[in-house]
Amino acid sequence: MTKSSSSPTSSESVVVADAPPATRLKHRHLLGIADLTPEEIVLILDTAEAMQEIAHRPIKKVPTLRGRTVVNLFFEPSTRTRTSFEVAEKRLSADTLNVAIATSSVVKGETLVDTALNLEAMSPDMIVLRHASSGACHLLSRVCRSKIINAGDGMHEHPTQALLDAFTIRRHKGRLAGLKVAILGDLLHSRVLRSNVLLLTRLGAEVWVCGPPTLVPPGIERLGVKVTSVVEDAVRDADVIMMLRIQLERMQGAFFPSLREYFNVFGMTEARVRLARPDAIIMHPGPMNRGVEIASEVADGPFSVILEQVANGVAVRMAVLYLLAGGAEDEAVA
Amino acid sequence: MKRLLKGGRVVDPANGIDGAYDVLIDGDRIARVEKNLPTPDGEVQVIDVPKGFVVVPGLVDMHVHLREPGQEHKETIATGTRSAVAGGFTAVACMPNTSPINDNAGITEFILKKAADAGLARVYPIGAVSRGSNGEFLADIAELHAAGCAAISDDGRPVATALLMRRALEYASMFDMPVIDHCEDPSLKADGVAHEGFHASALGLPGLPGAAETVMVQRDVTLAGLTKGRVHIAHMSTRGSLRAVQDGKAQGFNVTCEVAPHHFTLTDASLEKPLQFDTNCKMNPPLREQADVDAMLRGIVDGSVDAIATDHAPHHADEKAVEFDRAPFGIVGLETCVPIVFEKLVHPGHITLARAVELLSVNPARILRRPGGSLAAGAVADITVLAPEASTTIVASRLASKSKNTPFGGWTFRGVAAATIVGGRTVFTNPDAPGAAVFA
Repeated sequence: MTKSSSSPTSSESVVVADAPPATRLKHRHLLGIADLTPEEIVLILDTAEAMQEIAHRPIKKVPTLRGRTVVNLFFEPSTRTRTSFEVAEKRLSADTLNVAIATSSVVKGETLVDTALNLEAMSPDMIVLRHASSGACHLLSRVCRSKIINAGDGMHEHPTQALLDAFTIRRHKGRLAGLKVAILGDLLHSRVLRSNVLLLTRLGAEVWVCGPPTLVPPGIERLGVKVTSVVEDAVRDADVIMMLRIQLERMQGAFFPSLREYFNVFGMTEARVRLARPDAIIMHPGPMNRGVEIASEVADGPFSVILEQVANGVAVRMAVLYLLAGGAEDEAVA
Repeated sequence: MKRLLKGGRVVDPANGIDGAYDVLIDGDRIARVEKNLPTPDGEVQVIDVPKGFVVVPGLVDMHVHLREPGQEHKETIATGTRSAVAGGFTAVACMPNTSPINDNAGITEFILKKAADAGLARVYPIGAVSRGSNGEFLADIAELHAAGCAAISDDGRPVATALLMRRALEYASMFDMPVIDHCEDPSLKADGVAHEGFHASALGLPGLPGAAETVMVQRDVTLAGLTKGRVHIAHMSTRGSLRAVQDGKAQGFNVTCEVAPHHFTLTDASLEKPLQFDTNCKMNPPLREQADVDAMLRGIVDGSVDAIATDHAPHHADEKAVEFDRAPFGIVGLETCVPIVFEKLVHPGHITLARAVELLSVNPARILRRPGGSLAAGAVADITVLAPEASTTIVASRLASKSKNTPFGGWTFRGVAAATIVGGRTVFTNPDAPGAAVFA
């Protein structure tokens, strides 16, 4: 039996006696944080540290994935995530193919499975999938030979975002265990929330989630988080404040009365940030709605690491691509 | 032609019978049910009922979707009734949400003709409450009744407004027809695809709260009191609905309800295990949480639940092989119902076999005002023979239904329907029940 599952583990000291450091990923896909052990998460973060260094070289390219083909299959608009994956793939010398499906055969009635199988007929090694439906990556993982990387499925998971967030926190705080992390905003519709909660609780952080009760997923406390609708309680003495986007397209659902009221009650202002620890960092997965969930003074202020998150995203995705590709010889264990 | 079923255990709760009896069938009718019947003169097929088998009145599934006309790629009346008899059902009541909707005598007559052509289970069409099931104007209910509809329902959708439900109850009372309601408040349902709770939250699936059902059951129970009409709650799944039905019954209202096997067997944890996002675990009402499943079991045991009905909802494999939120709701149920009832209700001792027969035969026949549910002399010779000890492993690809969308593939159950006799004629014998061939 391993002891690691019961004891909170810092990212540095994650390895307890019976759980050796992971050297590769057990699963052949990255469908969600739910499938990763704490050791595997640390392996990805440590690998990303090595990848980060490549971005500072004059020639930002290594031959690791030369001859491999990666399809970026995006059924939802995305700037950050898609370009971040593409940069990561190119820095690893993979051949990349971008398929944006708003304009492609889905409008002709083709199913997701058929689209994927057609792309697969061209023998890619990996498919990076972004899709509006929760579970879309799981569906493809059951029919595709390629390795599937989840780049965001519906309201379910966005594992590389959580990994880059953890990477960013670790760079600033040196650890995850024992930190108070407050996540605020539209919790209900957020895949970033779900992946972050799974990752942060797995690595021993104390996670608070905060939003109007209309936007709290029922039963979320069973994931081991503290739930509150009082921003001050969430933010007080926090080491990390992570804002989630208010999805303006969801305003039809009458989840709260107005953007103005939302900002008044839940917006991250300088006054609220002052309740956090003096060395707190402010995060946002983007895209931001300035003046809705976050004041510009906070987004652009000294505690903000929002652009760092974007930079770190490339390194983390390089690590994921590298580790999944490296597991190729050991597919039997998947 | 006469047939004599000799030496089996007969369970016929409508006539207070449970014991070793012989059953004599004359043509399409039951002639006699007595101990140690002599073999009559003339042409008689004498069938020695294998040891352990139980002879019961034919099972009636009062909630199925046969998909014809219009969606024959999912099921036809011929394949659906083949599935019915393979599951031990001698009669099924089919919902009107075909294409076009069964809201006029022409469709009803078409369904009855197809059912007669198939010559397997009896089919009791259910007509629409509203024209096109649009929730605006009442369908021509007298015409539907005259053409042979046993009930009215806008199933797949709730009866849209309290006023329309009131009018339907009042109007249908002329014909002593129940109004079967798929209870679900559309505004609370919103875009929900899975039971609102921890598992849907964890998977990021839009939630369908139990309250969406309960509030409409409460509405319907209240309207049953106002109108004295007959409300039947389809596929009840929440503990709140059960309380509302119990309350209505306590007040003497004409309220009945049915529960589907999956709602007393599976919880919403099936969304995550064994397979995440399995579209064969997507149905409406959704698989609920444990407290609701426990309540359904309680209602079945204490008598509050009147019927077990499968909500057999065939869908083509292509339609289910899509993203969870895009997949249609529903699973096939006709061929897994009896095994589940044995495994989950009878064998563990929750209910007696007689109570199971009430739920699966006596009560649905009564609610629909159709013959059956009884082995009295002169009754139609619709008989199901059960083999409580025979085991079966569900293999989706081998189901008789045209569609294979079941979450029970690979499950092994103890207890099956061994043979199905409709109008005195054997229409199915089960190879999983050793000895069943004697009924052929």
